[in-house]
Amino acid sequence: MQIQSSAPPTPPTSPLNWVQKNLFSTWYNSILTLVCLAVIVWGLSSFISWVVSTAQWEIVGANLRLFFVGRFPHELYWRVWTALGLILSLAGICWGYIVRKSPLFSRTILFGLGALIAAILLLPIELSARLWILAIAIISIVGYAAGRKLPPNISPWLTAAWGLVFIVNLWLIGGGLGLTSVPTNVWSGLLLTLLTAICGIVLSFPFGVLLALGRQSSLPVVRAFSILYIEVVRGLPLIGILFLAQVMLPLFLPPYLRNLDRVLRAIAGLVLFSAAYLAENIRGGLQAIPRGQFEAAKALGLSPPLVVLLIVLPQALKAVIPAIVGQFIGLLKDTSLLSLFGLLELTGISRSILAQPQFLGRYAEVYLFIGLLYWLFCYGMSTASRYLERKLNVS
Amino acid sequence: MSSDQLPITNYLLPITHYHYMKLQKLLRDDRFWQIAGQAIAFLLVVILIALLWDNLTYNLRQLGIQLGFDFLGVQASFDIGETVIPYDPSNSYGQAIFVGLINSLRVVVLGLILATIFGLIFGIAQLSDNWLVQRLAVAYVEIFRNVPLLLQLFFWYFAVFLNLPGIENPIALFGAAYLTGQGVFFPWIEATAGAGIWLVLLLVGIVSAIALWRWRGRVMVERGRAGNQIWYALGSILGAIAIAFILTRSIPFRLNLPQATQGQIEGGLRLSPEFCALLAGLVIYTSSYIAEIVRAGILAVPKGQWEAARALGLKPNRIMQMVILPQALRVIIPPLTSQYLNLAKNSSLAIAVGFPDVYFVASTTFNQTGRAVEVMLLIMMTYLTTSLTISLVMNLYNRSVQIKER
Amino acid sequence: MFKRSLLLLGVALVATPLAACSQFYAQSPQPQGTAQPGASPAAGGTLDAAKSRGRLVCGVSGTLPGFSYVDQAGKYSGLDVDICRAVAAALFDDPNAVDFRNLNAKERFTALQAGEVDILSRNTTWTISRDTSVGLEFLPVTFYDGQGVMVRKSAGTKDLKGLQGKAVCMETGTTTEQNFADQMRKLGVKYTPLVFDDANAVYAAYEQGRCQAVSTDRSGLVSRRTTLKNPQDNIILETLLSKEPLAPAVKNGDSRWYDAVKWTIYGLIEAEELGINSQNIDQFAKSQDPVVRRLLGTEGNLGQGAGLPNDFVARAIRKVGNYGEIYSRNLGPGTQFNLPRGQNDIWAKGGLHYAPPFR
Repeated sequence: MQIQSSAPPTPPTSPLNWVQKNLFSTWYNSILTLVCLAVIVWGLSSFISWVVSTAQWEIVGANLRLFFVGRFPHELYWRVWTALGLILSLAGICWGYIVRKSPLFSRTILFGLGALIAAILLLPIELSARLWILAIAIISIVGYAAGRKLPPNISPWLTAAWGLVFIVNLWLIGGGLGLTSVPTNVWSGLLLTLLTAICGIVLSFPFGVLLALGRQSSLPVVRAFSILYIEVVRGLPLIGILFLAQVMLPLFLPPYLRNLDRVLRAIAGLVLFSAAYLAENIRGGLQAIPRGQFEAAKALGLSPPLVVLLIVLPQALKAVIPAIVGQFIGLLKDTSLLSLFGLLELTGISRSILAQPQFLGRYAEVYLFIGLLYWLFCYGMSTASRYLERKLNVS
Repeated sequence: MSSDQLPITNYLLPITHYHYMKLQKLLRDDRFWQIAGQAIAFLLVVILIALLWDNLTYNLRQLGIQLGFDFLGVQASFDIGETVIPYDPSNSYGQAIFVGLINSLRVVVLGLILATIFGLIFGIAQLSDNWLVQRLAVAYVEIFRNVPLLLQLFFWYFAVFLNLPGIENPIALFGAAYLTGQGVFFPWIEATAGAGIWLVLLLVGIVSAIALWRWRGRVMVERGRAGNQIWYALGSILGAIAIAFILTRSIPFRLNLPQATQGQIEGGLRLSPEFCALLAGLVIYTSSYIAEIVRAGILAVPKGQWEAARALGLKPNRIMQMVILPQALRVIIPPLTSQYLNLAKNSSLAIAVGFPDVYFVASTTFNQTGRAVEVMLLIMMTYLTTSLTISLVMNLYNRSVQIKER
Repeated sequence: MFKRSLLLLGVALVATPLAACSQFYAQSPQPQGTAQPGASPAAGGTLDAAKSRGRLVCGVSGTLPGFSYVDQAGKYSGLDVDICRAVAAALFDDPNAVDFRNLNAKERFTALQAGEVDILSRNTTWTISRDTSVGLEFLPVTFYDGQGVMVRKSAGTKDLKGLQGKAVCMETGTTTEQNFADQMRKLGVKYTPLVFDDANAVYAAYEQGRCQAVSTDRSGLVSRRTTLKNPQDNIILETLLSKEPLAPAVKNGDSRWYDAVKWTIYGLIEAEELGINSQNIDQFAKSQDPVVRRLLGTEGNLGQGAGLPNDFVARAIRKVGNYGEIYSRNLGPGTQFNLPRGQNDIWAKGGLHYAPPFR
């Protein structure tokens, strides 16, 4: 006799059931739900009514250019667009490469396409900007499709490609070697924010790794210096370190070098700060490597530099990718402190936009707008990193 | 051996080869490298510091600036907007910095307490089984974590607190507190004669309440008897109040309500908009991080503990108090310490909203005296001391919640 | 083995910047005991550096209409801006060979000390402490000013005593804080100072009603009043709290550069004394008056001593104008400020501007 196996019986789930179970299961839950509902309704309605009627959004629309690229010369915008295009196309290729096993169209892709079309059609920007966005979108989609076709084991090439794109972008934005040079005091807005954040994290990486290795070392002197540096830098607020970099760094340099560019000084401050925190994160990863790995590497006869490069660092860094991405997100937010030192990145240029005589007093609108920009970047990056982590762990 | 004189090179070659082999052996010896390496590293750092110091003194001499802390005794001649201790412009720079330090401590202590409370609330709310509450908590955390603190401070100050109505028609909260653009006024307690005895007795009462609480908790765990912790603790505090009342026969505390009278508000405690904006920004930003830490800590407790506790018949609040939270605290305390340090350091952003904390006053001192190095050293010492104190206290607490191995 | 490679890595990384630093350090003069402020040749390089760069780097405020203001298109205008342009014209015969840097009150001195800007033309008050202990060298005063207070007309405040118990907004890093504290202490008036790091924040707080008064130099008040929502609702009190001689500044220890800029500015004032302006300079170039000829460089070689071409004053006048023209272009009757010359007139007309002789 055959016994038919079937799935266990599930209770019927109607919407009413769901509401009862999730929102009104006990008496205090019901009260909480009602209170929260009241707060949400009141908050949302007043916020929406403010956004639609009382708020004056012209200040944002009139100054979009200042927000995004600051005082970059208008005729050289093609360089910024090209840089953006390079980044997005390489990102498309990498993304396609990572998700090559997943189906072609997913919810995220459709959502992204929808947002793109909305941006092209609705944003109050000029026609050339719309065409540029369209061109970059098409190239990214082509890159995504090409990335799916890439053979595996091409990761080192992709990393090298990112390095090349980084250098080319610096050349495009800064100029020199054939392009008209754009002085650094003109770099402002979101462009400066992203530049300082990316340069900061890229440059602090080798220092952070060295400090972490130094802290783990068995040589007392090296360990003492590493610990001293890390603990002193972690005990200071970032504003103090930026003050040190802006005001005191020139006093410590020989007269020839004293005329350091202000953006360079700010990046130096960010690098000094972030290297200490990165060192702590990487130390966590170093401690997580089992001792057996070192012993096996010695048994195989690997020389110490190879052990560090091939065995230790890959495992340590992979274990702390979430912490490193968190550090980068933190650095992106911390670039807002540069506005207190006269550098006009996104927060700084919004303060000078707020001083324009025809748009006085529009604090809420401007701060909400750039808050939204920061939020999009940070939340987007943390979501992407969680997604990437899942993908890299599974594949 | 031949009696002919061999060319000198024949004698040198074995000697140099011998020394070469010895050098190779030395270079392959780990102990040599351990010592030599440290010596080289030490030497390099000393040379670097000497070079930097040389550059510094040269540059300072070029600019005609001296090094020294004597400027701290000079008259400050600037006024500070908010002080707790008496201060006027004829006081010295050192006293001004001390005033700034007290302001900083005010913000940091209050901020730590409020941020912990908010963080705990939103952290536990994220694990609630009420869908709406859980989603709201997640939204709170995700919104305030991903926007820079400086921006939040600007928003709170310029878009919220400065936009409150003027002092002529304030917003009244429950008739007792007033929100205005000049500050927030709310009722405060004033102490009159005899308050000292009350305070001492209250302190004694609270300390004994805590001790009784822990004793009854141990009784519950070891002997299985009903604990009645709350009754014991409350009893202790009420007893202390009763003794104080008998001793002094009066209540030396008076409620100081703010009164709104024709364009002025008298009485009550006034918190300036700068202080409120700084506190609001710091607390909300840090509490979103603390909420995540609390959530991670509670989730780190194995599910088996919940199930076993429920199987034993413990009520939900007992489960939290006796089983989950002690284990979760082990995971929570270290990252919580770094968040506390972050709050203490982020209080330096007071300069953006015009609140005179220690960094702001030190920065003003630097502007007026031009002494970059000394002011920087002072700021460093202040923040390092604060950080070390917080770390020390939290590490002591951490050690007390760790698993005690036998 | 681990440690050895680590060691080598560390040594390499530390040694490289050290080697670079020591190479640069070797090029600079020895610091031990031989350097005297103001005399070392290495620091006299600003004039040569500017000449080889072909551009002047000028530190300004950028947010003060009438003195230094940058509009949305990036165009700079103002009295301080024009002074820089005049120096650039004297150096390069091109008033637009200037790079402007916006500096706030906190960082202006360190930017100058670090050599980030050649001149600081940012309505800075000349005081003894700034001249001596902060390491600046002040050029001739370009604007004689005083500190004033702006209040709302509706408040009905008549003088400083009327600020009893009120909140006053100021900007940090300026002499304003100290002057105000001194005056209020003398009068025995209690007030609440609100100090911000950014000038925009100061006026924002004033507009929102957080403070009932704003204090800074009177010229600054007049200038920023035009940017408020309802300028006519705000009045500037008649009381002057202090003397504020606003002058550009250069770094300590660079007398060649200091002389060059100082005499360019004196040339502008002397030209107004002699009646030479940008319109009639060509007629004056043909003049036989030896005073005019020496000033314009047709005769003598006064410019060479300052390291400038002999016709440096003529270049500045032709391209930018004399002091009077600069003043009226930025603060005169044709502008929204309409500030009377008052103390800022030349000495012959009862003002304080007086240039030493060009001989």
